[in-house]
Amino acid sequence: MNLKSAGEIREAVSQKKASAVEMAKAALARIEAADSVLRAFITVEPERVLARACEVDRLVGRSESNLPLAGVPIAVKDNICTRDLRTTCGSKILEDFIPPYNATAIERLERAGAVVIGKANCDEFAMGSSTENSAFQVTRNPFDLERVAGGSSGGSAVAVATGMAPLALGSETGGSVRQPASFCNVLGLKPTYGRISRYGLVAFASSLDNIGLFATTPRDMAVLLSIIAGRDEHDATSAPVPVPDYAAEIGRSVRGMRLGIPREYFGAGLDLAVKSIIDAALRNAEFLGCELVEVSLPHTEYAIADYYIIAPAEASSNLARYDAVRYGYRVSDPQDLSEMYKRSRSFGFGAEVKRRIMIGTYALSSGYYEAYYGRAMRVRTLIKHDFEKAFEGVDALLTPVSPTPAFRIGEKVDDPLAMYLSDIYTVTANLAGIPALSLPCGFTPQGLPVGLQIMGNQFQEGTVLRLAEAYFQAFPVAPPPLKV
Amino acid sequence: MSISRAEVIKIAELARLHFSDAELDEFTAQFQRILDYIEQLKRVNIKGVEPTSHVSLTPDFEKFLFREDEVRPSLPVEESLSNAPDPGEGHFRVPKVL
Repeated sequence: MNLKSAGEIREAVSQKKASAVEMAKAALARIEAADSVLRAFITVEPERVLARACEVDRLVGRSESNLPLAGVPIAVKDNICTRDLRTTCGSKILEDFIPPYNATAIERLERAGAVVIGKANCDEFAMGSSTENSAFQVTRNPFDLERVAGGSSGGSAVAVATGMAPLALGSETGGSVRQPASFCNVLGLKPTYGRISRYGLVAFASSLDNIGLFATTPRDMAVLLSIIAGRDEHDATSAPVPVPDYAAEIGRSVRGMRLGIPREYFGAGLDLAVKSIIDAALRNAEFLGCELVEVSLPHTEYAIADYYIIAPAEASSNLARYDAVRYGYRVSDPQDLSEMYKRSRSFGFGAEVKRRIMIGTYALSSGYYEAYYGRAMRVRTLIKHDFEKAFEGVDALLTPVSPTPAFRIGEKVDDPLAMYLSDIYTVTANLAGIPALSLPCGFTPQGLPVGLQIMGNQFQEGTVLRLAEAYFQAFPVAPPPLKV
Repeated sequence: MSISRAEVIKIAELARLHFSDAELDEFTAQFQRILDYIEQLKRVNIKGVEPTSHVSLTPDFEKFLFREDEVRPSLPVEESLSNAPDPGEGHFRVPKVL
């Protein structure tokens, strides 16, 4: 299948040069051909997909309809609820869970004519940086099958990278869209906290969670964002901030933009091959007429420690609902309620999920709450202030996304702390609630993708997307062939 | 901060999780490493710093927190029970509490 952009598909379907059914069949065929190796999807229901595509063709037939995503296939991370379509969160505990409702983001996508093509693999409950923590399967990197796709939204990244769908939804709590995007040579956006409704996104850490977007072009991403963003009365944390038409502004010149380069993101631990590609990308940004300014985000070194108190603490609370009462795995013949809780949860949850629940329970427990969670919330304020100060003098920040390219499957799985440290450049944007995007900017000598991170101030997705578009048009990346 | 096996067992109880002896040993060691890493947060001067819970609160957020108390459609009972491990007639069945 040609890697057609969402915009091209939408054009063709709206003008009846192609049908939504043809587009869906092409996507399903690509999945059929490649997914037995890549394992990007947990659930694909072809009949349901084709029925939905038929419905879109009928809607297109009615001349008064305007569907900005008409016939566009979209992969959805399996922690986002899709009505009547199994949603597992990559966990045994929800292996048979069938949501009775759609996430708001899904409702909005479908109203725009998109076709949900399947549920993408992810680390269990979005906890992980490699998609190795999925209870079902490991998703492979399409540029090197012995390496990870990144995580936790690995399946979504691979689906878009390999032409299974031009768009995908993922989620971010600490980098779970940007990091797999950078490992798989696609664009990945984490919007401002509250920009997209979290209703229907299965909760991991409520003050950090975001739905995120994958695309192959900034313009496609801008269209998708405009469609799903915006206040939702079902999510009290969603922002009552108007949603601009991001695509309309995306071609504006970036000449004169001031771009901050935070020194803390270019120190020890950054792989030299990645550094040299990012340095070249910074020089490219100057060619666009941008001015590079060195800045400092002094609390960066504490971000991982801060994140790994806040996120597990909130997770321990959010995952208390998996008690085998209303849904989810229940152990057979429990003696009593207490045994039902413990055995169901212990069997149903994987090791990393249990680890984080334990850390979080400890951090919130009596006697420790102030020392850990209370302190972490205050350090978070300081991290947020670092960014606010920086944005007084610059329009955006440029950094690497990940200290290394995609690592080998199995390499970090036995060392939780090493796995956590791979999020070092991404968690800060989640803690500060700012938008951040990973943009493909090159390949290492071993043929592995590298992403450039563009961070903007809160609700400045427009600035981030404009810069991404200018760079994307001026400096296209020529990837090596996919392995599948 | 040093964590003992006994404390890990107490936390597991709070979290309604059960670990085997082998898992407890492995887990206690991993837990200790992670806690050691997190200790560095104690070095940060947080005097006078307010905690952040909602990181992107807009100044007018309070206007949007409430709605009129009017009945609206919600999830029908059968759908609420559709994933229940042991559904009763309009309720969820569980083992005896006492």
